[in-house]
Amino acid sequence: VQLTDTDKRMLTGEQGPAVAAALELLVSYGELMGAERLIDTDNVCGANIFGPRHARVLGTTDPAALFSRFSLDLDSTVDVPAFRARSCQLIGPRDRDQWGLQGIAPDDAAAMDDSERYLAEKGVDLLSTCTPYQVGNVPRFGEHCAWMESSAVVYINAVLGARTNTEGRESSAASMLTGRTPYCGYHLDEHRRATHLIEVRHPVITTEDWNILGYWVGERVQDAVPVLTGPGLTDPAAAPTPVRLKQFGAAAASSGDIEMYHLPGVTPEARTVAEALGGRRPAAVSVFDAAARAETAESLCRTATDGDVDFVMIGCPHASLEQIREVARLVEGRRVADSTALWVFTPRALRTVAERSGYVTAIEKAGGRVLSDTCPAIGQFLPPGTRVFATDSAKQAHYLPAIMGVQGWFGSVRTCVTAALEGRWPDA
Amino acid sequence: MPEPLRGRGVVTGRASGPALVCTAPVSGWGGIDPRTGVIVESRHPQHGQSVAGTVLVLPGAKGSSGWSGQFHLAKLQGTAPVAVVFTRMNSKLALGLAVLRVPAVTGLAAATIRTGDMVDVDGTAGTVTIREKG
Repeated sequence: VQLTDTDKRMLTGEQGPAVAAALELLVSYGELMGAERLIDTDNVCGANIFGPRHARVLGTTDPAALFSRFSLDLDSTVDVPAFRARSCQLIGPRDRDQWGLQGIAPDDAAAMDDSERYLAEKGVDLLSTCTPYQVGNVPRFGEHCAWMESSAVVYINAVLGARTNTEGRESSAASMLTGRTPYCGYHLDEHRRATHLIEVRHPVITTEDWNILGYWVGERVQDAVPVLTGPGLTDPAAAPTPVRLKQFGAAAASSGDIEMYHLPGVTPEARTVAEALGGRRPAAVSVFDAAARAETAESLCRTATDGDVDFVMIGCPHASLEQIREVARLVEGRRVADSTALWVFTPRALRTVAERSGYVTAIEKAGGRVLSDTCPAIGQFLPPGTRVFATDSAKQAHYLPAIMGVQGWFGSVRTCVTAALEGRWPDA
Repeated sequence: MPEPLRGRGVVTGRASGPALVCTAPVSGWGGIDPRTGVIVESRHPQHGQSVAGTVLVLPGAKGSSGWSGQFHLAKLQGTAPVAVVFTRMNSKLALGLAVLRVPAVTGLAAATIRTGDMVDVDGTAGTVTIREKG
């Protein structure tokens, strides 16, 4: 990795040990990635609020110690200056106000407040969501970013045309401190072109359909760049809304490793399939048909055997206002089953609007809850006694059974809310 | 000593251990439990096996951006692999290796390695030697 004079000064400690460690990490990571140099970035998203899962390993809740050890990969605690790049906190371990619902002890909640305050002092925007692009952090076309969170990475690369690799905690923290990121992978034109052609023959219309298509594409393509085309996408009712693209990308980045895709006519980097492929032939062609849809829908419920649903989770990635509104309308004037919890997860900024719009009251009156800043998979929590859960998200259906050892049903928001009201999965 | 398999070293150093051969890419966050090293992704072919103390042989890294973070937690809890032999590099694996700081080799015919074989990894020379079949 060729370093500039400024890089070299950072590396030799002119700006202190934290910046030196950050630059050193970017160099070893960049070398493994085959980067020839580092480039500037002024839009970095990372995850640096630490809860008990990390504190217990170190035996301390000191935010400076946790940041040095886990974010900077250092063996000791160092002074950390204000961050150089515009930086944003992603989803974290707890709801800032409703941590009691998660079963968190007051001492642990206070420690996480300290961890959050530490970041605020460094200049981090506490958006605290997996979807910063829903609440004001919307990178411009071509902007070089350094983001964590696979669902957000694929969204800003594909839908917005920004450029980021899938960063991790340590590399994003290093970019926050230095304003630099390795110039490789999805920062370069050559890696953004499609290599795989997906022919969508079965109609993809609803948000549930987009979840299923994403999950199937991820399995098929793994870490390649797909371009999607075909008669299944031409129905005028099928125009993918931001919510559908959010669900599609999150699903594709869960079953596989998709960080970039092209939907000619929708995404901005290619107007045609040929343009997406950059004039080359696709390395593989896959067909999404009725059988593929049916198999994928079934596989998303593969962990579920019991029809009684204890917990319904809506909002992975964090719900948009239209998703909250749909839940509010479906539960209005009704009651969630006594044996079931209904929790909706949304960015805090959108929760404020949902409150003002009456959606939060409608959901709470029905016995549901609206949470922010976290989710069951990231925070590793469930309503007490949960054995079986249901979700409208292919991503959550993929991860939560693995992380929490529960059974998972997947379906539309409507099916999930019906399950919450009746306490039973409708098709079980 | 048997003839070593020759590849390209990407992280220097030497380590030995029993091989765990993964036939599908491994997820970090949501893929392994860092307290035990056990692969928890329900559909992974090596579901239920542990990466702790192994020479982890894998096609690559996939899934959540929490890959490095999860293996970082595993390292601090003593459940990380002692070396990595892989096929495909990506940003998750690159950062994971930068943080794990264990020897790593790529670009060799790893198909002869079986789970349970005792193997020596030399990340400086870029070789893997099957010392004892498991």
